Amino acid sequence: MSTLDTEKADPAARAATGRPPRGDRRRDRHRSRTDGRVPLGRRLRRDRMLLLMTAPVLALVVVFNYVPILGNVVAFQDYDPYVSTNGITAIFQSPWVGLAQFERVFSDPGFWHAVENTLVLFLLQLVLFFPVPIALALLVNSVLRPRVRAFVQAVLYLPHFFSWVLVITVFQQILGGAGIIAQTLRQHGHEGFDLMTDPEIFKFLVTAEGIWKDAGWGVIVFLAALAAVNQDLYEAAAMDGANRWRRMWHVTLPALRPVIALLLVLRVGDALTVGFEQLLLQRDAVGPGAAEVLDTFVWWTGLRSQDFSYAAAAGLVKGVVGLVLVLSANKIAHLMGEQGVYRK
Amino acid sequence: MTRATETTPRPTSWWAAPARPVWEEPPGRTGLAAKGAVLVLACLAVLVPLWIVVVTSLSSKKTITETGGLVVVPRDITFIAYQELLSGGQVTRAAVVSVLVTVTGTLFSMAVSILGAYGLSRPGSVGHRFILLTLMATMFFGAGLIPTYLLVQTLGLTDSYLALILPSAVSVFNILVLRGFFMNVSQELVDSARIDGAGDLRILWQIVMPLSRAVIAVITLFYAVGYWSAWFNASIYLSDQNMMPLQNVLIQLAQKQEIPVGLGQAVRAGNLSGLAVQMAVMVLALLPVAVLSPFVQKHFKKGMLTGAVKG
Repeated sequence: MSTLDTEKADPAARAATGRPPRGDRRRDRHRSRTDGRVPLGRRLRRDRMLLLMTAPVLALVVVFNYVPILGNVVAFQDYDPYVSTNGITAIFQSPWVGLAQFERVFSDPGFWHAVENTLVLFLLQLVLFFPVPIALALLVNSVLRPRVRAFVQAVLYLPHFFSWVLVITVFQQILGGAGIIAQTLRQHGHEGFDLMTDPEIFKFLVTAEGIWKDAGWGVIVFLAALAAVNQDLYEAAAMDGANRWRRMWHVTLPALRPVIALLLVLRVGDALTVGFEQLLLQRDAVGPGAAEVLDTFVWWTGLRSQDFSYAAAAGLVKGVVGLVLVLSANKIAHLMGEQGVYRK
Repeated sequence: MTRATETTPRPTSWWAAPARPVWEEPPGRTGLAAKGAVLVLACLAVLVPLWIVVVTSLSSKKTITETGGLVVVPRDITFIAYQELLSGGQVTRAAVVSVLVTVTGTLFSMAVSILGAYGLSRPGSVGHRFILLTLMATMFFGAGLIPTYLLVQTLGLTDSYLALILPSAVSVFNILVLRGFFMNVSQELVDSARIDGAGDLRILWQIVMPLSRAVIAVITLFYAVGYWSAWFNASIYLSDQNMMPLQNVLIQLAQKQEIPVGLGQAVRAGNLSGLAVQMAVMVLALLPVAVLSPFVQKHFKKGMLTGAVKG
């Protein structure tokens, strides 16, 4: 630990503070408070290696996460990237239009349609997708044989690591017009079908794809929570005459409650993001009427129609509403007595 | 079952279930059957589509024509689709691009993340709280697609593989997971190394990293899968079709029903099915992750759960 260097460098100063030897305070959680006595210059010198090590991460995050935030000013412009040699200097030469872009966004039925699709998909995923990992975790947890359990887990986790391109292609091969089900039906003289291009059932298809890819992965968190349950509680409940179901209701589910609350908060906070890549990949097949969500709307208007300012305005609306959603979801979790994403 | 196992029951046999606690009632027959059925169905839902993809990619044109499309029961196994795909041409190039981007990107991401996580993991160091907050704040908002695109364009990264690596090089979540593990390395060990004259880099390399192998394996897998599966950045930042990674080629093949450049001849000549080619590209795209992820599986839990932030 770098503090030892300070000790070596300046034993007199440490003796003067009359504090117990460093070793005794090593695990002091409020270490930084005691460090306040060490001059900043010396702390900087002491920790220069650590600071140097964080520099690349910090640089990447500042450049690719913070600098682009400033780029959102194009939402208040009529931005044209071609008035100058590069995109940044073009910002200084493009005319400012105030909130005109936002007025355009809010009076655009296409935008509201994207909002509607986003919310419908979010609600469907919340109702149909969210409970699946919990149920699967209870099932997997009841498998006692370790090898069977490891196998089931390996199989269920697998699709999480497939790309969306792969998942959607697999679905197309199974459910699409040339897919294996339609093909078998046709061979037996029935009508074929194509679930992949039907706008009516598209939202269920999207949810099913999400479940196939990520429900198994979601099991991990719940399995860990289940492993942490005190087994004595089950025995005590059994002694009191609680059967299997009552033990699940009164012991298991309360134990899962904090995890469920946390994941619910995360999901609600992220409500406006409903699978950008997944929907973008299917936008051509099913059409924008069913597949257009906020993220794909920004992509289409900005990168395809080159209406950068308009798309940036729509993206900014999404970003701000999203931030408000995360913060309020957290607040609600705290009010309910659960731990949110961050601590108060 | 052989006689030996009958006469000498081995409770430690790999198949034996661990004993139930005495207070737990043995499960009913219907309950067991229902549970088993659901688990088997869930596993089949994952495995059957993969099976069909693999078998079809290994089928000859004759088999595919006879079954009228996708093949479920393997008949005559042939590797012709793979031979054609991997003997140069669009798919070979895309696969090489994907491997190179994944390897380079993962090495870069891991180097940056491990250094950063260690730099933030020593209690009481100058400014670590501020840097940590700066990183964590990005988990709550995104800058937006359009400004990010304009930035990457201005930096001159378009039409370069750097555009596939740099903007997505750092995952704050992964850094928090690594940091959580590095903080749990015993302070006594670190201190004794320091007394022996080791600097921070040496402590990280010789003490902290060897003790954190499991989590490093998990995070490496997360980053590698991220790079391997990525296609969106390539689709907006690269314009040269010859530079495209495997996933983007798969999009062209599957979504637009095209045949890989250079293979049209073989397909038209009649000894290669376009469907088998498509399935073979899918197998190429899923093979690395399907092979690697089970090895890291037993550590997933650690990787997912130590993301909890410690001040």
